Amino acid sequence: MAAIGTYARQGWIRRVMRTPSGNAGAAVSRSGKFPVWRWVILLIAGIYFLLPLYAAIRFAGIKAFGSVFTQPDFGSSLWTSVQIAAMTWAITMALMVPTTIYVHLRLPGMRRFLESITILPIVIPPIVLTVGVLQVFPVQLKATMWLLGFEYVILAMPFAYRAIDAGLRSIDLKTLTEASGNLGAGWLTTMWRVVLPNLGTSLLSATVLIVALCLGEFTMASLNLVTTFPVWIVQTDQLNANISVSASIIALVVTWLFLLLIVTIGSRRGRRTGAGEVNLFSVTANTNTIGES
Amino acid sequence: MADTTELVTAPGSQADPGAGRVPRRPARLPKPLRAVVRLAGLVPFTAYIVLGLFIPLIAVLIGAFQNSSTGAWTFSNIDAATHGAYLKGYENSLELSLIASILPGIFGLLIAYAIFTAKRGGKVLRQMVITAAGVFANFGGVPLAFLFIASLASTALVTGWLNNIGVNLYAHGFTLFDLAGVAVVYMYFQIPLMVLIILPALEGLRPAWREAAENLGARSWSYWRHVGGPVLMPSFLSCLMLLFGSALSAYATAEALTGGTIALVPIQIGTVLNGNVVAGEANVGKALSLGLVVIIGVLMILYVMLQRRAAKWLQ
Repeated sequence: MAAIGTYARQGWIRRVMRTPSGNAGAAVSRSGKFPVWRWVILLIAGIYFLLPLYAAIRFAGIKAFGSVFTQPDFGSSLWTSVQIAAMTWAITMALMVPTTIYVHLRLPGMRRFLESITILPIVIPPIVLTVGVLQVFPVQLKATMWLLGFEYVILAMPFAYRAIDAGLRSIDLKTLTEASGNLGAGWLTTMWRVVLPNLGTSLLSATVLIVALCLGEFTMASLNLVTTFPVWIVQTDQLNANISVSASIIALVVTWLFLLLIVTIGSRRGRRTGAGEVNLFSVTANTNTIGES
Repeated sequence: MADTTELVTAPGSQADPGAGRVPRRPARLPKPLRAVVRLAGLVPFTAYIVLGLFIPLIAVLIGAFQNSSTGAWTFSNIDAATHGAYLKGYENSLELSLIASILPGIFGLLIAYAIFTAKRGGKVLRQMVITAAGVFANFGGVPLAFLFIASLASTALVTGWLNNIGVNLYAHGFTLFDLAGVAVVYMYFQIPLMVLIILPALEGLRPAWREAAENLGARSWSYWRHVGGPVLMPSFLSCLMLLFGSALSAYATAEALTGGTIALVPIQIGTVLNGNVVAGEANVGKALSLGLVVIIGVLMILYVMLQRRAAKWLQ
């Protein structure tokens, strides 16, 4: 318990220390300026990331974007992906939210261990995992979306764990749960009515990251013979490349807009409650509040 | 027994004496047993990971030592996987992963730092860049390959523009379809991944250190040389390990871009898995997988060690 107290205290001190001078690393003397190097970096990044998108849109032609929605199997493959995403989301949340909260409260020493375990799916080749999964699981499950949803939970873990962990780091979990306990709430009430509402933004970020994963994962779906949205895109690509590219760009932009919307709404709420700025995996103190008030 | 459940489940039950609903009594369970009870909360998570990740991996590793048709123990798969075209695959994969982790690592760090320290409009900038990173990090496969074919293939848009200003990429030996080309494309998801995973480390750089250094007369360079750099280095290196692993395990993008003409280990595994090889060689794919898992195992040991080192100063 002492360790949690130290975490919380340090976080609090850090937040206070950071507030007057802005974010870490930025010197007081330079506040207000937007240095040249920053422009250069962001410009290069902008070119690298946007130019290929522009080139692809020009190549495919605007017309292709309109005809995406009327393609055969567009709807059914998207629906398959949505169902898998829903299943993945439900399992991930039921598994990772309680586990992460539990580790924060009771086993803070295990946080680093959990971090290392949940990072594994990023580095383990999905193709290797698929070989094993197809070998181990019963034949009846093969080529079903159940098996795919089950395995996507594993693939989603690096993102889900980090998003939830960031949310928990931004609130004073120990004080909240103790206060709730003092007021006579059982642990279920505390989770449902105190902790979860405070995790809103990070749970939503985790949700969108899971959706992004399910709408983008190809290797496992195709080897598992399930026609998800990405698999449909590749099949369509052999018939009409323009339409398949338009479909994937639409998916990319729509997911990004959703994520942006969620984070914007979340940070509005954060300003009201005085919590830090939660951005997917990271927490920054809300520097703007001081300046604006 | 009621006491035990209370200990495990109720948040706040371990608060200061008199703080919880139940007055705190001296714990009755001996210490080692309490630790076991506390670990019980991790059972569902551990069970899922073991079932969905470790058992399939172990099955692959065992298969690497078995004859594809008879199931007898053998080293011939390993032997085949470490010679000839397959050995070349490992060389290519490692070379590609090295390029496609160091370059995006450095550039991703610069972007993360740029958005992290931005003040005027910094919040909007952060939100836009970080959410975009979340989406781009999951982008890959055929669509990504198309983006770059439409811009950097020999007659494509950007290649044409560069030709007009006198830079002929293809005359300088560049092609989108070899290792360097694939590395350029991989950066499209590696840079966003780096931005996402390095940001938590940047949070740990305390402004007080910078202020203290400046009060002592340090310039920007000496701050980074003596304070910021050493503190950030372990985190940066551990993130590079992850990028390396991510590049090593990517499959769909390289396959879509080169149609499998480039010898990379994941592509070779895919070829075996799709049954495009001589009969009886199915388990060579598992031996190839074993090689990848061994490399990744080394990476992860380094990652954990570096993370431990990073934790000394950060968080």
